[in-house]
Amino acid sequence: MTAAAQTRLWLAQRASAAVLAFCVVVHLAVIIYAVRGGLSAAEILARTQGSLPWAGFYALFVVAVAVHASVGVRAVALEWLHLRGRALGVLVALVAAVLLGLGLRAVWAVYA
Amino acid sequence: MATAAKAMDGPGQMLEVSVWRGGETGAYRTYAVPRLPSQTVLDVVTHIQRHLDPTLSYRFACRVGMCGSCAMSVNGVARWTCRTTVAKVAAGRRLEIAPLHNLPVVKDLVCDMTVFFDKWKRARGSFSPVAASGGDFAVVRPDSRARRAVDAGIECIGCGVCYASCDIVSWLPDYLGPAALNRAWTLINDVRDGAFRDRLRAVAGDAGCHACHTQMSCTERCPKHISPTAAIAGLKRATALAALRGEL
Repeated sequence: MTAAAQTRLWLAQRASAAVLAFCVVVHLAVIIYAVRGGLSAAEILARTQGSLPWAGFYALFVVAVAVHASVGVRAVALEWLHLRGRALGVLVALVAAVLLGLGLRAVWAVYA
Repeated sequence: MATAAKAMDGPGQMLEVSVWRGGETGAYRTYAVPRLPSQTVLDVVTHIQRHLDPTLSYRFACRVGMCGSCAMSVNGVARWTCRTTVAKVAAGRRLEIAPLHNLPVVKDLVCDMTVFFDKWKRARGSFSPVAASGGDFAVVRPDSRARRAVDAGIECIGCGVCYASCDIVSWLPDYLGPAALNRAWTLINDVRDGAFRDRLRAVAGDAGCHACHTQMSCTERCPKHISPTAAIAGLKRATALAALRGEL
């Protein structure tokens, strides 16, 4: 991988961190608001089912997590597992795919 | 505490000094060295070599903090031994002196600096003048942003203290390290230098500035009070901008 590509990965992690900062604040604020009114699965689903804005918000959250965490795991694997080249690429793709798959599945579950 | 330190400063006290002997493999050997007023760690090492064990190898030159050749690990912390008084570091009358971390050991307290300076070369750490314009001298305003950035890092004397203090170097042996990156940053801000893009390419990526986790051990330990962390942050900004513009 070229130095330019590695720099773009670093940029992607910084950009996804900025998205996460926003998403986490909104997510926590909604939790606090929701708990005050009494927390139940039915109440949560009432808010999210059929709501495109919430589905979009959490889909963005999931994408940011998948990008941020997989690039972070890449740095850890470089330093601590001394992975390089193809093995490193496979690990990063795998982490991103699992996070993306599980996350989007959860978003779909509370939307549909 | 102050009384204890004062008592230790007095003559007649002895220091228990463990010194690394050998190469990459070896062991600590302990020497008893008389405590003297205003004694530096370099004085202690010199006493051992001249009076107790002439086979001890170590490096020094100026003795006044100008050359950077006497850097060693003192009680686990990289320091210039000539500018470190015993009173400052030997609270319990014990000293442990070892060669700098992250560099191959030649013998005893002498380490091989080759890899350290090779990384300066890899980071394009030499001045590359812009193509001869035949014009006048470059005018560099002392208060310009670029010149102030150069001033902040230019006093590095290449002692290796930051490099020995960097955990990332120990985890990623390819990492260029704080000193080479600081040098690159001073050149990137030098308007007379013409290797801007090549240098950005040389310092970007996994073995370059992007490996830094901003732990700041380099900044904490630099005897010249330079902040390689700030230089590396500057390189991250410059390389990111270049990557966005497709110029990297």
